[in-house]
Amino acid sequence: MQLVIFTEAFFFLCLIMSFIYMAYHTGFERRELSRLDIRSAGVYTAVLIASSFTLHLAERGYTRGKPGVLKGWLIVTIVLGAVFLAGQGTEYVRLIRDDITLNGSVFGASFFTLTGFHGLHVLVGLVILGIVTGLAFLRDRESAIGTVAMYWHFVDVVWIFVFTVVYVLPQFSSV
Amino acid sequence: MGATIKIPDPASPFPGLGVENEQGLLQWLAAVDHKLIGIMYLVMSLIFLLLGGVLALLMRIQLAVPMNHFLPPETYDQFFTMHGTTMIFFVAMPAIFGFAVYFVPLMIGANEMAFPRLNAFGFWMTFLGGVLLYFSFVAGGAPDAGWFNYAPLNERNYSFHSGIDYYAMGLLVSGIGSVVTSINLIVTVLHYRIPGMRMNKLPLFVWMVFVNSFLVLAAFPSLNAALALLLLDRQLNAHFFNTVGGGSALLWQHLFWIFGHPEVYILILPSFGILSEVFQVFSRKPIFGYAFVAASSVAIALLAFGVWAHHMFAVGLGNTVNSFFSASSMLIGIPTGVKIFNWLATMHGGKIRFATPMLFAIAFLIEFTIGGLSGIAFSIVPIDWQLTDTYYVVAHLHYVFIGGTVSGLFAGLFYWFPKMTGRMIDERGGKWFFWLWTIGFNLTFLVQHMLGMIGMPRRVYTYPNLPWYGTLNFISTAGAILMSVAGLLLVYLIWKCGRAGRTAGADPWNAYTLEWATKTSPPPMKNFEELPPVSDRRAWWEIKQKTNHDDNRK
Repeated sequence: MQLVIFTEAFFFLCLIMSFIYMAYHTGFERRELSRLDIRSAGVYTAVLIASSFTLHLAERGYTRGKPGVLKGWLIVTIVLGAVFLAGQGTEYVRLIRDDITLNGSVFGASFFTLTGFHGLHVLVGLVILGIVTGLAFLRDRESAIGTVAMYWHFVDVVWIFVFTVVYVLPQFSSV
Repeated sequence: MGATIKIPDPASPFPGLGVENEQGLLQWLAAVDHKLIGIMYLVMSLIFLLLGGVLALLMRIQLAVPMNHFLPPETYDQFFTMHGTTMIFFVAMPAIFGFAVYFVPLMIGANEMAFPRLNAFGFWMTFLGGVLLYFSFVAGGAPDAGWFNYAPLNERNYSFHSGIDYYAMGLLVSGIGSVVTSINLIVTVLHYRIPGMRMNKLPLFVWMVFVNSFLVLAAFPSLNAALALLLLDRQLNAHFFNTVGGGSALLWQHLFWIFGHPEVYILILPSFGILSEVFQVFSRKPIFGYAFVAASSVAIALLAFGVWAHHMFAVGLGNTVNSFFSASSMLIGIPTGVKIFNWLATMHGGKIRFATPMLFAIAFLIEFTIGGLSGIAFSIVPIDWQLTDTYYVVAHLHYVFIGGTVSGLFAGLFYWFPKMTGRMIDERGGKWFFWLWTIGFNLTFLVQHMLGMIGMPRRVYTYPNLPWYGTLNFISTAGAILMSVAGLLLVYLIWKCGRAGRTAGADPWNAYTLEWATKTSPPPMKNFEELPPVSDRRAWWEIKQKTNHDDNRK
């Protein structure tokens, strides 16, 4: 899993660098950046980060041999992850209503590609967590939790970078 | 002799399919054994080599005389794109992975790869990628923007048929195969070595594959990101690379070459590994400077990520950027040069056997050095400005790919063929092949240096009858025909000697590493039952010395 994360990290590095590259490109519509809602995105960011902690609690429940704790925190993690995705979904809907789309502008293309690929990873993470939870209920034992947790934490960390680059840094740039 | 070490079975039990109990096609389709998958990779590579070779031959026929009308320009564009893409992604890569998944477990004294089913998945993804790429021919037209597929030529308004979509999908899919196989190889090397074989005792081929796998993991994501953006552009009308829509064509070049330059080292490092084994065995000496060969590969791998813009000197990035990348590119010459001297010193004072693998190894030294020197010439910015996009580039890259990578792969093929099939390739046939190939290759590409310097651009479907253009191109085409004959001879040799060659025995070359320690050739389904403990870099040689029933001529 470390190797998967190694190679995935390079993938996101390329996407983030492309976003930054595009942000300095002449075709980039900076005013569209201001249409992003940093407040709601900040809340969902906190939700996603919280899910890392709940998953950690689940993992600790597993290593201490408490299947009840494991199952409970797994479910909380999944709910938090789903809330994050829903939040991203509402942001997408709002932007598309405002006519900011993938094929409309360079900003739209960069934004939807970067956050979309991240969202896809969250979705995959949710599916895997769902499988792990199902197995935990079936067998009261699931040894893959450590590996899955590693992946989930990675996806969270990537989001922290994405959030910083897409939402936070533009607040400080003067346009 | 002391106690032996039992080699553990793979985690999942062996299926009831053995090399002995023939089950026809099903045995191959359902294979998870690393040896069967290795052979499938190599067969795939050979098939695509023939396809790519035919494309190249057709191009050379078109270029044989000035103002030729053998191929229309659109077809010529598709052919050179497909030729490059095929040779790099579906000939060289599968050949490398074929040797790696076949021999890495054997050389470290393991019975399987770490994840056998993932191994099969990796192969089938690579194969599917190749099929997708070639499907473009029947789906409206092959990709036609060159193997590095520059924007904006790769955009829909320049290339409106679906060829480039198949290019992107094919490379994405085969890229998944490459990445999972690399992960598999790294885990195998880290966890399945026979006790006693520490990392600093690994055979050099294993070392190179190990370093190489990290390169794959770091480089392919960049290509995948670029391809994903390209597909978004083409399918969903995004504007990443479309300058008219506000995008940046240059971004493609950056992303592609951040992948592309490490990729050329991905293609050469395993060949370095093969040659490091071949030079030892056929000089009857241990490698000179083991640590230098291993460490300089790590150096090459790290430098690989700091040189990509030397493909873009003519873009106009400015003098500061150009100077930086010029200097970093020259640095690459140091670890590579170190290796050349390591191999020369390995040969020095050795008892050299001029068998076919060794001939290819020696040809490699000369041809790869020529390719390396023209490469250093290119890292000098003004020379690059003068020669970029001319036939000098074509000559340079073929000297490193064919003179380098392919020479190493052929050395490996002739060296390991007895182990994989149990039969020797007839030496006389092997030497015929070697000389036909080597003369043909040098005839084809040496003159292209000249053509480039007198100004012939690459990727043009024909040319006017300027002084020397006709003559040099005709020589080049004659060389290509020799290479084609050699290619056919190779297929014939593999076919004939694989079925009816002289029986090889378990260790025909009196070699040094553990793949030759299996009881038979080809190895039984379960590679090893048990092995004595090892402590030397030449593990099998050490075992033979101790058991003392071998005529070591060291």
